[in-house]
Amino acid sequence: MIRLENLTKHYGPAHDPLIAVDNVSLDLPTGEICVLLGPSGCGKTTTMKMINRLIQPTGGKVFINGKDTSTVDPIELRRSIGYVIQQIGLFPNKTIEENICVVPDLLGWDRRKSRDRAKELLELVGLQPDLFLKRYPKELSGGQQQRVGVLRALAADPPVMLMDEPFGAIDPINREVIQEEFLKMQREIRKTIIFVSHDLDEAVKMADKIAIFRSGKLEQYAAPDDLLARPANSFIEDFLGSDRALKRLRLVSVGDAMETDFITVLETDSVEHARARIRSSRSAAAFVLDAEGAPRSVLSEQVAEACSGTVGDHAEPVKSTVPITGDLRQAVSVMFAHDMPLLPCIDEAGRLAGVMSYRSIVHHLGHGGKA
Amino acid sequence: MEIIGFIIDNLHIIGARTIEHISIVFLAVGIAIATAVPIGIAITQSKSTADTILYLASMMITVPSIALFGLMIPLLSPIGHGIGYVPAVVAVILYSQLPIIRNTYTAITNVDPALREAAKGMGMSTWQRLRQVEIPLAIPVIMAGVRTAVVMNIGVTAIAAYIGAGGLGTFISRGISQSDPRQLVTGALAVSLLAIAADLFLALVQRLLTSRGIQGEVTP
Repeated sequence: MIRLENLTKHYGPAHDPLIAVDNVSLDLPTGEICVLLGPSGCGKTTTMKMINRLIQPTGGKVFINGKDTSTVDPIELRRSIGYVIQQIGLFPNKTIEENICVVPDLLGWDRRKSRDRAKELLELVGLQPDLFLKRYPKELSGGQQQRVGVLRALAADPPVMLMDEPFGAIDPINREVIQEEFLKMQREIRKTIIFVSHDLDEAVKMADKIAIFRSGKLEQYAAPDDLLARPANSFIEDFLGSDRALKRLRLVSVGDAMETDFITVLETDSVEHARARIRSSRSAAAFVLDAEGAPRSVLSEQVAEACSGTVGDHAEPVKSTVPITGDLRQAVSVMFAHDMPLLPCIDEAGRLAGVMSYRSIVHHLGHGGKA
Repeated sequence: MEIIGFIIDNLHIIGARTIEHISIVFLAVGIAIATAVPIGIAITQSKSTADTILYLASMMITVPSIALFGLMIPLLSPIGHGIGYVPAVVAVILYSQLPIIRNTYTAITNVDPALREAAKGMGMSTWQRLRQVEIPLAIPVIMAGVRTAVVMNIGVTAIAAYIGAGGLGTFISRGISQSDPRQLVTGALAVSLLAIAADLFLALVQRLLTSRGIQGEVTP
């Protein structure tokens, strides 16, 4: 756990200081990612660097797992905190293996243990150890270098990591890939991470908590969905942008927003029967399932009102589905692409688990999400 | 033809003079590396100190070598070395300071600040940072300074023949005083070849000392 208590940094003369960071306090539970977000010069990087004492605080305290870090030797402290910088900063004179082993070597690990660790870490991100261990940084692509930069910070298995715009130098396509990869890794390693970013989309994607800074002050500290649903003031509203509701789509899972009171009918049922069931419910359609429970076709309200005969004669095939593990962004995208006002949501086994409609999305976003 | 004959007849003397010459230059530059590299690193801490030291070293290099030798006669006479080997070595040490200090200083200050920050942020002490990151990265540029110093001082040492330091300059000084073009040309040729050979040798050393990861990059 990381706790900042009234953390403050002043520059310049004491009587007329330049206040870089002003009384920042926050708590970050173990295993979560906190993104420090804000325009440049807002104090987010200074705040981060006070955690590993690259910058000495003027006032306030930093606690890591309950321990006041000002009582620890700064060099010892830094070795116990993973550190990733935007420029990657791999040492060009060292091989990939030596780069990854920097902190284990500083800590005096057994050579064999640290080299094994380097191998294991490279495998973790899909870089073949035999190919990469003995290479030099200049022989790697930018994306590969960035991965190694993260591995280097993880080498000594520190409980806490500081990441200063770690994916900022990578092109947008690779950035997405590396972000995903990192999140996947984080789900297993559960590090407590302070992550500096100026990119709201990145923050929304990576963060468990977002801390928004302005002129050295912490303006709001909240989970991404909370932040987007309830910005604390007009500065944050402006910062989040007018499309903040759309940004929330990514944060809500299909399973959370779908309606589960859908109607199913059989192909052999009469349209009148289906019409009666649709009328007596809030649904706008009835689904026909196959033997496994997967949605096969759909009879919409309009068709049901206009036709007669059996359901099988009039139901239209289901054009697409969305998994319940997906997010609303995905669901909306499918709905737009296939012009489907009603989108069947399926579980892992492919069975119909719920239905997504524009109404359910608006309803969900309107109610401030999970809260 | 006459000259070639002279060279062939005197090969063993030329060899002995060459060794004298090399011993002066390499001993002196060796000592200069031991002083100038630490000075070059130390002055990265303060811009104003760096300016002063580099200024003094530049002034040093503007003193003509013959004047420096003259100056050293009264200074070193009290310890019995007014002329000969010792003042030659001292002069070369002094002349070597500027290229080595300046290149060390430039190389260390030019280390990418991101690397310094990464090293510091990962928990390296100042000394560890120097040893593991800054000096290895600075090696090509430091070595370029050493090469400049060696080549330049092979020339300076030729003049040290006038204060009895021996070396290949002996051929030149005798060639002039005896109006003997054979000695003169032999001396001049040998000094030039030695300078070229020393530079090539040091280029090889530079390559061996430079990490493969930073080879092939341009050095100032």
